[in-house]
Amino acid sequence: MTTRSIADLLRDVGTLRDLPPDLLAVVSGCGRNVHFDTGTTILREAEPADTFFAVRHGRVALELFAPGRGEVMIETIGPGGVLGWSWLFPPYRWHFDAVALEPVQAIAFDGACLRGKCDDDPRLGYELTRRFAATLIDRLQATRLRLLDVYGDGDAIP
Amino acid sequence: MGDAVHPRPAVISRADLPALVDAIRAQGYALLGPTVRDGTIQLGELGALEDLPIGWGDEQSPGSYRLHRRGHARLFGWAVGPGSWKQMLFPSRERMWSADRTDDGFVIRTDDTDAAQAARKVAFFGVRPCELAAIAVQDRVFVHGAVPDRSYSARRERALVVAVDCGEPSGTCFCVSMGTGPSTGPGYDLALTELDDERGHRFLARGGTDIGAQLVRGVPHRDADARDHAAADAVIASATARMGRQLDTTDLPALLERTLESPRWDDVAQRCLTCANCTLVCPTCFCSDWVEVADLSGDHVERWRRWASCFTLAFSTVHGGTVRASARSRYRQWLTHKLGTWWDQFGTSGCVGCGRCITWCPVGIDLTEEVRALRELDRPGAAP
Amino acid sequence: MQSRDQPRGELCVPSPYRVVDRTVETADTVTLAIAPVDSLARAWEPGQFNMLWMPAVGEVPISISGGVGGGATGGDRGGDGTVLLHTIRAVGAVTRALCALEPGQTLGVRGPYGRGWDLDAASGRDVVIVGGGLGLAPLRPVVHETLRGRDRYGRLAFLAGARTPEDLLYMSELGQWRARTDLQTEVTVDAVPGREWRGDVGVVTTLLPRIPFDPGRVVALVCGPEVMMRFVAAELLRQGVAPGDIQVSLERTMQCAVGSCGHCQLGSSFICRDGPVVTWERVGAAMGVRER
Repeated sequence: MTTRSIADLLRDVGTLRDLPPDLLAVVSGCGRNVHFDTGTTILREAEPADTFFAVRHGRVALELFAPGRGEVMIETIGPGGVLGWSWLFPPYRWHFDAVALEPVQAIAFDGACLRGKCDDDPRLGYELTRRFAATLIDRLQATRLRLLDVYGDGDAIP
Repeated sequence: MGDAVHPRPAVISRADLPALVDAIRAQGYALLGPTVRDGTIQLGELGALEDLPIGWGDEQSPGSYRLHRRGHARLFGWAVGPGSWKQMLFPSRERMWSADRTDDGFVIRTDDTDAAQAARKVAFFGVRPCELAAIAVQDRVFVHGAVPDRSYSARRERALVVAVDCGEPSGTCFCVSMGTGPSTGPGYDLALTELDDERGHRFLARGGTDIGAQLVRGVPHRDADARDHAAADAVIASATARMGRQLDTTDLPALLERTLESPRWDDVAQRCLTCANCTLVCPTCFCSDWVEVADLSGDHVERWRRWASCFTLAFSTVHGGTVRASARSRYRQWLTHKLGTWWDQFGTSGCVGCGRCITWCPVGIDLTEEVRALRELDRPGAAP
Repeated sequence: MQSRDQPRGELCVPSPYRVVDRTVETADTVTLAIAPVDSLARAWEPGQFNMLWMPAVGEVPISISGGVGGGATGGDRGGDGTVLLHTIRAVGAVTRALCALEPGQTLGVRGPYGRGWDLDAASGRDVVIVGGGLGLAPLRPVVHETLRGRDRYGRLAFLAGARTPEDLLYMSELGQWRARTDLQTEVTVDAVPGREWRGDVGVVTTLLPRIPFDPGRVVALVCGPEVMMRFVAAELLRQGVAPGDIQVSLERTMQCAVGSCGHCQLGSSFICRDGPVVTWERVGAAMGVRER
């Protein structure tokens, strides 16, 4: 795969959509194609977070392991979604496990490399921070919506 | 009935008015009209003309209603009481159908309902212009809707309307603002103006339909002259000048649509008891509960329709809770519907300016005042 | 028994129907298949509802979820003598009584009422159908209808959300739909233990970016809890879908079903008569006002 094709592939990733071409080239330079078989643990809670993934095919589950309950699927990330933002903020450690539910093709980005480039180029840092913040807000709002338990019973009335 | 050309307005003397009542009865109509009961003027079956509130007047202000004797013997020297003709056409409780359980389900009867039995012809005697307008509003709801209401329509068809111009508006009246009075608008069979001056106590009578015109022809009368017309005009002019309230209706639906979050709603919610009095006395409020009533065995079931009020919590309850839980939202629903969204739904205002909701509000909330305040706060630069 | 001075009054009187089949969907939800006892079922459109009556208990509005044996059209638009499907969740006295009905027992039905999904507006366009929880009930017939007239539409997607996999309606059909290539079906739940679940986890709005529809040429049909519909509409609007191209099916108190009793009002709309399916253009502003 060439750098060029990774830049093309990134056009399908919502978080990075419409990134100015020069910045897209920088980001693409930190990316490589990866593949995970079904059941592969991609990320593990508390381990160093130095990567993030743009999912191209397949689905990844974010899980927490709770004693007595086993693994609980918290969220799934499908094609076009971004997996991992802990690489961008201290202490740079994963908060969840991530497991491939199906064969997964993704682009893996070297977070440490990107952090360095962001420090060198505030414009890149601003663009990426802004975009990841937007993704974070989407996830936060989706989580808040689930907190409401909108499909729940409410108070049964006659 | 039809829109035939009707004869010239006639004058019926007070002494000959009983003949008019007799003529109405002779046509098979039961006579319904205003009468003094429980310290108020209410609507009910009249035995004789003497049952009318002769010589009575009413004093009305926000949250207050008092009857008093006037120094004359006029029949219609008062405005409106708590009851309205709505109760005759859209009864507060009505059985719509009944059902009996069978071995294999149930069988429904519709022939024993109140509407089916209300086959008698009734004359509404003494309908005020604002009330005639209210009937027209409810006609739009119940008769001219997509699905005509069978019982309302049946009652409406059998009703003869004898309207009376308003000469004594109360302190809460604002029919002039709403364009519904004090002179009688269209829709009557017979319209009267009570005249009591140096030429005597008499009624200017105008037929609005063939049957109304026939009734006049059937009683002693003379043709009205210019002085009678002038006297009637003076009655209307005087009433017009004595409206207790005013409501600026300019762009009212738009004003209400853009003031849904006005702090005024919080203000009125502090005062409103959500008691539903305003909706019960309102001559146009049409909401109802459709209620299942069963005997203890569950073998006999009746479907009743009862007046409902948007001021109750249960009114907007869905699975999971009540849509309008706060007093603020319920008052807002009533006012914005009455004066705003009613236009979209029925092409008319839901308010006729009768003032009942002001008089019968136990805390004296005055919708004309609420609209004035909403308008004031809506002005550019107004301090919230 | 109607006398001639009762114009169209028959619309407000139930007719007897018999339960012919009963399917347990979830712990608190069943689908009843019902057929008229001595009358003909009226034609209906996807998105319309019936008033279901349990004698001596009461009456509730329940959307029509499908039909069986409707002849050439395959059964999702009713006709003479067809069987109707109603999916009912036991949440109150009437719905509990309805859910407890067994084949052979009777109930009362009047309807159909209201305006259903405007599929004419969807002709020649992409169609995105989004349902949450019990909101799948009025959408099921529209999925059938769009699949039957598949060439009339562009991309076709069905997104379903529920609390857990156990709360999903129409499980076996969902499986069949997911296997189709002419319908993109995505199913998501709020949370799930284990890794057996083959669908997604997350709210239904997060599925929308996966659907490659053309925002300028799409019609979205949405039904679910009101909060969910607000979020779905917001996401669609953000993606550039016009408010008039978003149709939602609303729930309000309904007692008469003919725009007379007044309970179901939302702004100028009587939801029973002008809805239950309305465009976001019509109700979006009102739905944005708290307690409207």
